[in-house]
Amino acid sequence: MATKLKPVDVVVIGVGVTGTILAKELAESGLKVVGIERGQMRDTFPDFQMPNAHDELKYQRRHDLMQDLSRETLTFRNNNHETALPMRYLGSFKPGEGVGGAGVHWGTQTWRFSPWDFETRSRTIARYGKNHLAEDCTSQDWGVTYEELEPHFDMFERVYWVCGKAGNLNGRIVPGGNPHEGPRSREYPLPPLKVTHAAALFTKAAQSLGYKPFPTPVSTPSMVYTNPYGVTMNACVYCGYCEGFACEMASKGSPQTTVMPVLMKNRYFELRTLANVIRINLDPAKKRAVGVTYVDSRGREFEQPAELVLLASYVFNNVRLMLQSGIGKPYDPVANTGVVGRNYAYQTPSSVNLFFDDRHFNSFMGAGGLGMAVDEFNSDNFDHAGLGFIGGGFIRSVSSGSRPIEVRPLPSGTPRWGSAWKKATAHYFNRTFGLALQGACQSYRGNYLDLDPTYRDAYGLPLLRMTFDRHDNEHKMSVYITNKAAEIAKAAGPSKMNVNPRTGRYTIVPYQSTHNTGGAVMGNDPSTSAVNRYLQSWDVPNVFVIGASAFPQNGGYNPTDTVGALTYWALDAIKNRYLKRPGPIAA
Amino acid sequence: MGESENSSGRRRFLKSVAAVGAAVPAAAALGADPHTHHGHRAELAQAGRVKGQAQPQVYGWMTRPEQAFIEAAVARLIPADELGPGAKEAGVSYFIDQQLAGAYGTMARNYRQGPWPEGTPQQGYQSRLTPQEIYRAAMREIDASCLSRFQEPFHRLPDAEQDRMLSELESGKFALESVSGNFFFGLLLANTMEGFFADPIYGGNRDKAGWKLVGFPGVAASYADFIDKHNVPYNAEPVSIADVLQHKVAVDEHGHPRHVLLSKKD
Repeated sequence: MATKLKPVDVVVIGVGVTGTILAKELAESGLKVVGIERGQMRDTFPDFQMPNAHDELKYQRRHDLMQDLSRETLTFRNNNHETALPMRYLGSFKPGEGVGGAGVHWGTQTWRFSPWDFETRSRTIARYGKNHLAEDCTSQDWGVTYEELEPHFDMFERVYWVCGKAGNLNGRIVPGGNPHEGPRSREYPLPPLKVTHAAALFTKAAQSLGYKPFPTPVSTPSMVYTNPYGVTMNACVYCGYCEGFACEMASKGSPQTTVMPVLMKNRYFELRTLANVIRINLDPAKKRAVGVTYVDSRGREFEQPAELVLLASYVFNNVRLMLQSGIGKPYDPVANTGVVGRNYAYQTPSSVNLFFDDRHFNSFMGAGGLGMAVDEFNSDNFDHAGLGFIGGGFIRSVSSGSRPIEVRPLPSGTPRWGSAWKKATAHYFNRTFGLALQGACQSYRGNYLDLDPTYRDAYGLPLLRMTFDRHDNEHKMSVYITNKAAEIAKAAGPSKMNVNPRTGRYTIVPYQSTHNTGGAVMGNDPSTSAVNRYLQSWDVPNVFVIGASAFPQNGGYNPTDTVGALTYWALDAIKNRYLKRPGPIAA
Repeated sequence: MGESENSSGRRRFLKSVAAVGAAVPAAAALGADPHTHHGHRAELAQAGRVKGQAQPQVYGWMTRPEQAFIEAAVARLIPADELGPGAKEAGVSYFIDQQLAGAYGTMARNYRQGPWPEGTPQQGYQSRLTPQEIYRAAMREIDASCLSRFQEPFHRLPDAEQDRMLSELESGKFALESVSGNFFFGLLLANTMEGFFADPIYGGNRDKAGWKLVGFPGVAASYADFIDKHNVPYNAEPVSIADVLQHKVAVDEHGHPRHVLLSKKD
C-alpha cells in the first residue's frame, strides 16, 4: 500500500539535462517542484575528483556512471519475426543513471539540427517528389520550425557555455563558421577551442576539396565563463578523459556545472534520489494525471500527488512510463495505429581511420568534441536526386583523447594479438586520428518500442522492447558520405587508412552512440504523434514528455543541443500558455 | 566414494580435474606447480612483486591449473619481445584473477534473468553463465582437450602449438562444449588488453609496461599549453593513480600531475 504524500505543484521525473532546467525555471516562478531520480546524487566534489577521475577501466569499461542493467534493461530484436532478448551488457548506447543522467558522461558536441531536419517530409516531397521517400518511411515534420526554436537554442547554448564560430548570422554567411547552418541571432557565447595537429591537417585537406571546415561546437569552455544563471565554469585543459567520464574540472556542460548550483539553493525545489517512478497515476477518465507512484531505496511505495507531471528521463523510460501508465494509444505496426512507441530511430555513425608513419599527434590529448568539421554532406545540403536516399551527416576530425584500452585503432589486416599486433600498436598509437560521421537515421513503420511480453525488471514490471534495424536509405547514405570523408582523408596524406561505412544489420553489441530518439514523437497530428508541438501529451494534457523521445526521426547531428532547445521551447509554453490556462495548448 | 582414502586436498583436486577430461594420461602434470616446468621459479616469484611494494601479488580466485593456463595464454596474446614486457610480465593474469572474483566476474551490474535462448549475433551476450563461470568451464575444457591431443596441458605446449590453439579458438575451429570457444577467446583477449592498459591499481600494467609501450602518460596533466603544438611528441614519464595518491608526483591546483618530460626523441 502506497503512502500518500502532501501534494505539490510539479513532479519532474528524471533529474538530468532537461529535468534540471525545467525544475530550476519552474521553482523560480514560485511553484513547489519535486525532482525524482532513480540513481544517486553525484557532483564534481567529491565524486569526480583527481586522480581517480582518470580511470579508464572503471568508467569506460565498467560503466560506473551508466545504467545498472541488473535492475532494468530493455529487450531487442531486429524485426518482429524475431524474439526480443534482453540487453545484458551495455554496448550500442550508454544511458546514464543518477543525478545529471547522461549529461555527466556525454561527449559535449552541441549541434543545432538544420532547418531541413524539422521539415524532413514536406521539404523532401517539395524538392524531389513523393517517390523519393521509401514506402514504409514514416519520417515526418516536427510541428515546430528551426526559426521558432532559434531563441531556445540560443538560451541553451549560453547556459551550457558552448564554444564555436557562427557561420550564418541573421542570414549573413560568416567566414570560418558553418555556411550550411540555420541563421543564428548572435555569435556563440565562447570562442572555439584550440586547434590540434589532426584538426589542422583535416582543415587543409577539406579546403583543398573546396569544402568549408569550421570548429565543432562543444560544451567545453575555451575560457573561464559565467552563464546567464550566474554559474562560473573553468576552462578545459584537454586532459582527454571526457566522453564516458565525468569532468574533474567542472569544465564540461552538465546539470551539475550549469544549473544545479542555483537549483539546489531554491527552497521551492526538493530532490529525491534512489526513487524509481513506476507509474504516472491518472484519474478514472484517464484524461488527467493526479501524480506519480515511486518506490524508494527501502522498497517503500509512495504516491506523490501533483498538478503537473513532467516526464524528463531518457528516451526509453519516457516511452516505458507512458505505456505503463496508459497515457496515449500504444503503437501497433501491423494495424499501423496508435502513437506511443512509434518512430523509434537512432543514428548511422561511420568513420575513417588515418595512419601516418611520419607524423605524431599526441593522440591521448583532447576534449570530447574537439575538432573541425564540414557540413556539405548533411541534411539536404547536397543534391540527393538519383542517389536513392535522403539525409546525410557531418564529417569531423576527432581529437577526443585516446585511452589505450578502448582507442588504439590499427590498419585493417593487422593481427589482433601477438608480436605483430604489439609492434603495430606501439608504432601507431600516437600516429593516428579518425574522422567521425554522425549519419542520420529515418523512421520506419517496423521500427518501434513497446512492452516486452516475457522479461521483467527488478520491480516485476515489463521491460521495454526495441524492434529496430537500419534500412537501405541509411546504408546507401552511409556508403556515400563515408566515401566523401575518405576523399578528404586521402587528401591529408596518410600512409594507410581504414574506411568504415555502416552497413549490414544493426547490432546492439559495439558502441555506436547514445543518440536514441523517438517513441513519443511531437507533431501537429494526434494520429501520428504522441505529444503536440509543445511536447504536451495529446491525451493527458497535464503531462509533458520532454527529450529526444520527441524527435520524429534523427538528424545527422548529435542530439543534445536540440534536446536543450526543445526543453526551453516546452518550458516557455508551460510558463506562458499552460499555467495561465491549464488544458490542451495546441489545437 | 573414495573420498576418505584420498584425503589430501591435492588428491581430491586431481580427481576433480580428471572428472572433466575424457583422457587424462598426464593429469599429474596439471596439478603440479606450473612454475617448476619453466625451471626458473625464483625469477618468476620475483616477477610477482610489484616494484616498490612489499607484498607479492597473489591469486585469490583461480585454481593452480587455471593460473598456469592464464599465465601461458596471456603471454602468447601479448608476448615479451624486443619491444618490452608482455602481458604475463605485466601481471595481467593477476588482473584477470581479481576481475573474475569481483563485480565484473559475477555480472553484478548486468541483467541476469532468463530465459536464455541463444538469439542472433546482433542480440549480443545471452549466456546463463557469468564471465567467472565461462572462464572456469573453458579453461578446464581446453586443458582436457590438450591432454587428450598432446598428453600435455595447454601451458606445457610449445609456443607455436599454443598460438595454434588460440587461433583455432578465435576462428571457431576449436569448438568447446559448455561455452562458445570463440566467445571465450573474445573475453580473454578483451580482458588481457584491459589488464595490460588499465591503471596498475587493478593489478596489471605492472611498472606501466602497457603505457610505456605505446607512449601513453596515464593520469593526464593539463595539456592546455601543448595541445596546439603540432607534430611535436609529448614524451612523459607515465603517472598512475597510486603515484598521485601516494604523493610521488607533484600536482597542480586541480590535482593534475605535473608530468616529467623525457628528453628521448620519439
